[in-house]
Amino acid sequence: MIDKTQVQHVAELSKLAFSDAELEQLTEQLADIMKMTDELNKVDTTGVPVTTHVNNLQNIVREDVAQAGTDRDILMKNAPDSADGLLKVPAIMDKEEA
Amino acid sequence: MNFETTIGLEVHIELKTNSKMYSPSPVNYGAEPNTNTNVIDWGYPGTLPTLNKGAYTLGMMVATALHADIARDTHFDRKNYFYPDNPKAYQITQYEQPLGKDGYIEVQVDGHTKKIGIAELHVEEDAGKNTHGSDGYSYVDLNRQGTALIEIVSKPDMSTPEEAYAYLETLRQIVQFTGASDVKMEEGSMRVDTNISVRPIGAKQYGIKSELKNLNSFNHVRLGLAYEIKRQSQLLIAGETIRPETRRFDEKTGETFLMRVKTGADDYRYFPEPDLPPLHIGDDWLQTVQDNLPEMPAKRRARYVDQLGLPEYDAGVLTNTKEMSDFFEAAVADGAAPKQVSNWLMGEVNAYLNDQQIDLQETALTPAHLAQMINLIKDGVISSKIAKKVFQEIIQNDTDPKAWVEAKGMVQLSDPAKLTPIITGILDDNQQSIDDFKNGKDRAVGFLVGKIMKETRGQANPKVVNDLLMAELNKR
Repeated sequence: MIDKTQVQHVAELSKLAFSDAELEQLTEQLADIMKMTDELNKVDTTGVPVTTHVNNLQNIVREDVAQAGTDRDILMKNAPDSADGLLKVPAIMDKEEA
Repeated sequence: MNFETTIGLEVHIELKTNSKMYSPSPVNYGAEPNTNTNVIDWGYPGTLPTLNKGAYTLGMMVATALHADIARDTHFDRKNYFYPDNPKAYQITQYEQPLGKDGYIEVQVDGHTKKIGIAELHVEEDAGKNTHGSDGYSYVDLNRQGTALIEIVSKPDMSTPEEAYAYLETLRQIVQFTGASDVKMEEGSMRVDTNISVRPIGAKQYGIKSELKNLNSFNHVRLGLAYEIKRQSQLLIAGETIRPETRRFDEKTGETFLMRVKTGADDYRYFPEPDLPPLHIGDDWLQTVQDNLPEMPAKRRARYVDQLGLPEYDAGVLTNTKEMSDFFEAAVADGAAPKQVSNWLMGEVNAYLNDQQIDLQETALTPAHLAQMINLIKDGVISSKIAKKVFQEIIQNDTDPKAWVEAKGMVQLSDPAKLTPIITGILDDNQQSIDDFKNGKDRAVGFLVGKIMKETRGQANPKVVNDLLMAELNKR
């Protein structure tokens, strides 16, 4: 079962903030959704390969040929702030990601 | 209490491509910040990634060189994380079905061969670079964002820092020979994360592992691991428990210190990447990779020893990089004796490269010129002393050795028709030395050779001079 802590956790991962009332409501709604997936899990899928995509595309690739990047000034138009061609963001805590 | 150590390594290698993994923006270094990026790298709405086939092919070459099984059907997965070095807030990687699985490499440690397993390897994309300012802001350059990477995950098969070191050396060499990457730690095209745990001998479960960061050279890996073994063993002896930690190696002290304690597993919420369709590796594609895989260093070493008669040591030094190995083979193909080429490469050439801090391809030296110079020595055209001067010339300038020594008048005098009159002339003037020689004083020969050399301004071929002189002396 989904509980409030889990919803809170997912909200934090998604950088979303909810009021207590919203959390209650979302927990209830998510729990309903999970109930439905429980239902789906009852289907016997032995020997059925995992579906990762629903369209029938395969091997859409391009050759390793470089094209000039997008003009930096254009890209920066949607950036919150910049300085000397660099994106300027609030200081990042020392949390290393691979 | 006696302990055993378990080490596993995760290595990220930047693939040598023209364009990025999932976008066509260019990959090159030293560009102005944020000029090698496009709307796909920035995660602009409405954009779609496309797989770089060349990058995937390079990954397959590495997998093949590491004896891994290549997944014939695969897809990409989205790894979600929130950090300004990646404006998409996710990395496209391969989680469920990596490019390759179950490979191995063989390393030499203390004269023994050890097989170290590769659990899996997969392609993914690099993130941008953050610079932390002192003004409460961070500054982000996204030029590196989206650069093609391959991550190679070893099995926890290593039990000493030396084995880890040998694994990294061998891995670097193999990847370098495939041509898939420059694999340079100092330039960040090879990065190493280590996992290490210690447990009492005989314990059924692995100990709690710590992860090491900030390892900028293979030697730091070795030193950091050695420190961790000591630290973790001492904790266990003291009856304390080891926490899962990420630790940082300090190169000044050779110690590791705590960065953070890991609380719970990371939650990346992987799911199949919806923007990239699945990938099928057909027979043709796989065959092309196998056909184009260059000969691997271990095989070359064996060939140098068995077919070219080189000592094991030479074969090892020459195959350290593909550039050196290719250069050696080209010079041999140009007709120079293998051992002579090896001596020059390991001696004068390496000394020059170390002295100048450059790579072989940055010099003006060509295999053809080196081979020609070696044959000039062999044919007696130049002395080995003169050869050192010729060498300095041909490694700095694209100069033809034969034409150069002729123009500079450095050609050795080997012609008996020219040398004999000089020798007889000197003998005529030095009857005393002839008498000394006849009385068994060998020193007289040295004196006469010195006179001849002086007369010919050092250009006489010493061997020819010696033969002619002895013949003339015996005639008198």
